[in-house]
Amino acid sequence: MSAGVRPGQAGGAGQGPPPELASRTIFEESRPGRMAVSLPEPGVPSPGAEALLPAWARRAVPPALPEVGELQLVRHYTRLSQKNLGIDTTFYPLGSCTMKYNPRLNEQIAALPGLADIHPYQDPDQVQGALELFYELEQLLAQLTGLEAVSLQPAAGAHGELTGLMCIRAWHVSRGEAARRTRVLIPDSAHGTNPASVTLCGMEAVPVRTADNGRVHLADLERKLDERVAAFMITNPSTLGLFESELPAMAERLHAAGALVYLDGANLNAMLGVIRPGDLGVDVMHVNLHKTLSTPHGGGGPGSGPIAVRSFLEPFLPVPRIVRGEDGRLRLETDRPQSIGRVKAFLGHAGMVWRAYAYLRAHSGRDLAGVAKHAVLNANYIRVRLRDHYEVAYPGMCMHEVVLSARRQKRLGASALDIAKGLLDRGFHPPTIYFPLIVPEALMIEPTETETRETLDRFCDAMIELAELAARDPEQLRQAPRTLPVRRLDEVRAARQPVLRWRAEPAPADRPPLAEGDACAAASAGVPATR
Amino acid sequence: MRYVPHTEDDVRAMLQRIGVADLDALFAEVPREVYHPDGLPWPPRLSEAELRRHLEEIAARNVPLSSRPSFLGAGAYHHYIPAVVDALAARGEFLTAYTPYQPEASQGTLQVIFEFQTMVAELAGLEVANASLYDGATALVEALFMLQGGPGAAGERRRVVLSTGIHPEYRQVVRTYYAHLPYEVVELPLDARGRTDLEALAAAAREAAVFAFQSPSFYGTIEDARAVCETARAAGAEVVQVFDPIGVAVLTSPGEAGAAAAVAEGQPLGIPVQFGGPHLGLLATRERYVRRMPGRLVGRTVDLEGRPGYVLTLQTREQHIRRERATSNICTNVGLMALRATIYLAALGRRGLETLATICLQRAHHAACRIAELPGFALRYPETPFFREVAVRCPVPAAEVNRHLEARGIIGGLDLGRFDPAEERTMLLCFTEMTTPADIERLLGALAEVRAS
Ligand SMILES: Cc1ncc(COP(=O)(O)O)c(C=O)c1O
Repeated sequence: MSAGVRPGQAGGAGQGPPPELASRTIFEESRPGRMAVSLPEPGVPSPGAEALLPAWARRAVPPALPEVGELQLVRHYTRLSQKNLGIDTTFYPLGSCTMKYNPRLNEQIAALPGLADIHPYQDPDQVQGALELFYELEQLLAQLTGLEAVSLQPAAGAHGELTGLMCIRAWHVSRGEAARRTRVLIPDSAHGTNPASVTLCGMEAVPVRTADNGRVHLADLERKLDERVAAFMITNPSTLGLFESELPAMAERLHAAGALVYLDGANLNAMLGVIRPGDLGVDVMHVNLHKTLSTPHGGGGPGSGPIAVRSFLEPFLPVPRIVRGEDGRLRLETDRPQSIGRVKAFLGHAGMVWRAYAYLRAHSGRDLAGVAKHAVLNANYIRVRLRDHYEVAYPGMCMHEVVLSARRQKRLGASALDIAKGLLDRGFHPPTIYFPLIVPEALMIEPTETETRETLDRFCDAMIELAELAARDPEQLRQAPRTLPVRRLDEVRAARQPVLRWRAEPAPADRPPLAEGDACAAASAGVPATR
Repeated sequence: MRYVPHTEDDVRAMLQRIGVADLDALFAEVPREVYHPDGLPWPPRLSEAELRRHLEEIAARNVPLSSRPSFLGAGAYHHYIPAVVDALAARGEFLTAYTPYQPEASQGTLQVIFEFQTMVAELAGLEVANASLYDGATALVEALFMLQGGPGAAGERRRVVLSTGIHPEYRQVVRTYYAHLPYEVVELPLDARGRTDLEALAAAAREAAVFAFQSPSFYGTIEDARAVCETARAAGAEVVQVFDPIGVAVLTSPGEAGAAAAVAEGQPLGIPVQFGGPHLGLLATRERYVRRMPGRLVGRTVDLEGRPGYVLTLQTREQHIRRERATSNICTNVGLMALRATIYLAALGRRGLETLATICLQRAHHAACRIAELPGFALRYPETPFFREVAVRCPVPAAEVNRHLEARGIIGGLDLGRFDPAEERTMLLCFTEMTTPADIERLLGALAEVRAS
């Protein structure tokens, strides 16, 4: 267990160095003349930069990078790591993020020189193994999604959304319908990246209401479905953790109206190996290798968001495509006149491709089905254990995650944010909070399949204790957390007087707020840290 | 099941508590005809040892850059990665956390990003930097959006001008993103010296919202970035420079040149080439654009007891709050790569980075001079300064040269004919601290055997 963070132990912040030292940046550790690497001699007869570069090409002021020795460097970043919670240290039921165990084998595999040290511009004959893994992962994802063609190029879920929407748009262009089909219907429970991706694609996001049962409001969908609609962008299971059983019927309506169905695949873990989204009428979807397929989240990425499409959309996928020639060799094909083009440099997040492939091959078909089943089992177990203590946002069975509302606790004086902070003091990373936006005081809990029943029980016990505390002494909760390296942070100040980088001279305390966007800063600060 | 810890007893007890008979009953709402209780057809499961062997065998079919002399760069560079980078970035507390939504539990990640933002701003010579974007290409797109006022913003000027010195794949990505936006994307060719023609720029920038250029260019040539920025700005266009994060230790920084924003591919900073990704998109700009920046930003503040600490800030720019009016759709970025770059830059420090850049510069110049002496070979842009890459004219097509080098156990440079058929006899060669003097001698020896046929 890390020394800096000892959940459950009072006064954790008092451990280790005094606070001024504990939060020192690497820049304050710096002393001119130190270095943590050993570089080779140039080894060639050649003059220095002054002689090789004209004055106009040379930098005047060198970058003020820190100068530290190797041990100081190791100690600094080791200490910082100890101020973090991760899946490796703590139960981390962050809803919509699928924080499952990240297998260490896959890290070792990704570090093999034959995978880590290869260049995308090497001759294809020198990288047949790499191309093989791309090709094979495409096949496996096609099988899992029930869709015919896959591109591994997108860098994350949001990037997959944009790429998929671009393919849809290009398809409408090919049919001469793009000019009028400029709307994308999106349930109001959707993640913020969905409407943001629509805007980036030059289209308009139109929200569709959620019905009382937590599913898409069918009549509202029907009302908004006209010849201006390019696509319906749905998340299934929804961000409420509910299965959209009417999706096949909705998809039929969309198709009849000349529009396509995009699935945000963030929640594929609930369907892995038991339901193929293609069978539900989906035309395009993205898969998050960093969620469903266990690649590490890395403190905020890298992700990887491959898209899978029906065969009629294949011509629009990004280039290059990986194709197998008649001689059995794999090569890159760029000559695809209908392709949307490239969405990033090179081929995609290959490092995630290796890991996801390894994850999938560690499982049989039955094993993968078991992943989904146990993920759903764990979420329902939490739902049932907590349903008398918190409002469940929508009744009935949930899928891989359960969305609670701390509305009741809020009336007593402890918000979802306070509950989250209370969990921190009890040794748990909190669930996602205040998302989906349509659930007041939302607590979105996704346990994943890799946790034990004992962990789930301890988490539920803590949640129940917090509900009781909210009734008895909400003020105590508003003071949480107390056991972490810092207590609650002043987000209003952070937004009003942004300090976004270290400077040798501390900014004067009375520095005036930025001229522009004060309301904006205040609004930002008022929004609890969620998604 | 490999990573599921439940015993049969656990499952039985949990099902009972939920009140259903079996696991399949949890999926009661799923139409039966699409539900596969026994799973999908799938290849057989591999044990850990089998899986490792399987992947080692596949990896063995690739030729690693580290296994022979390699002169390939062109946007992904083989630099040495100090052991501390791998060791620290592998710590589970960093590796298995996610976006720092709960600041009290994420001070490690948040402080790293704060340090990263500082280092990137320092490299660029600009005031602020964000917490990372996917890669250099998408960072360029985001910078263009930022400077034009947002992806959909349509001001007076509806044109974006790209220098052809920008990596061709980056230009392709820009075109893809702009395909459905009310903007025209125009390219401005480099002149015969591999530099921006300032007169042509003055004309092209007159109707442009933004001008983007790369220095060192894709062809290795170094621009007079001050003159370029001045010319574009005089014509009323904002400027974004694509820079090299190692070269910038010795080359004019985008900030010194007068660019409004700077982007780069951060992969050379301690990140494996790994077949092209994940890499690291860097974006820095001036303070006046802060509220238009895409992606995460970390700010320093204080906690209830007045202790310093870090939080995600200025979030009203972002998709989870502003939704369809957000400055970008990015959510997950490449945090782990930013961590690696931070550790890398701290390990080298100011002096180390400058020394490394100088080694690259010296080896590249030594090699280039010697290659130019070989019969039939010449520098493509002999009058223009370069950093670690240089374009070389060959006596035969570059593809042929590469085949010859391969036969000699050398990974050659990029055949520029790949992107421009007119350049099929030009090869882009890259020199770093990993291309040793002995490697360079081997390259020279092999090139000397190439004769015009
Ligand atoms: C439902 C949903 N959609 C989309 C996204 C965006 O995915 P990414 O962060 O990989 O870009 C998320 C991310 O958390 C999500 O939960």
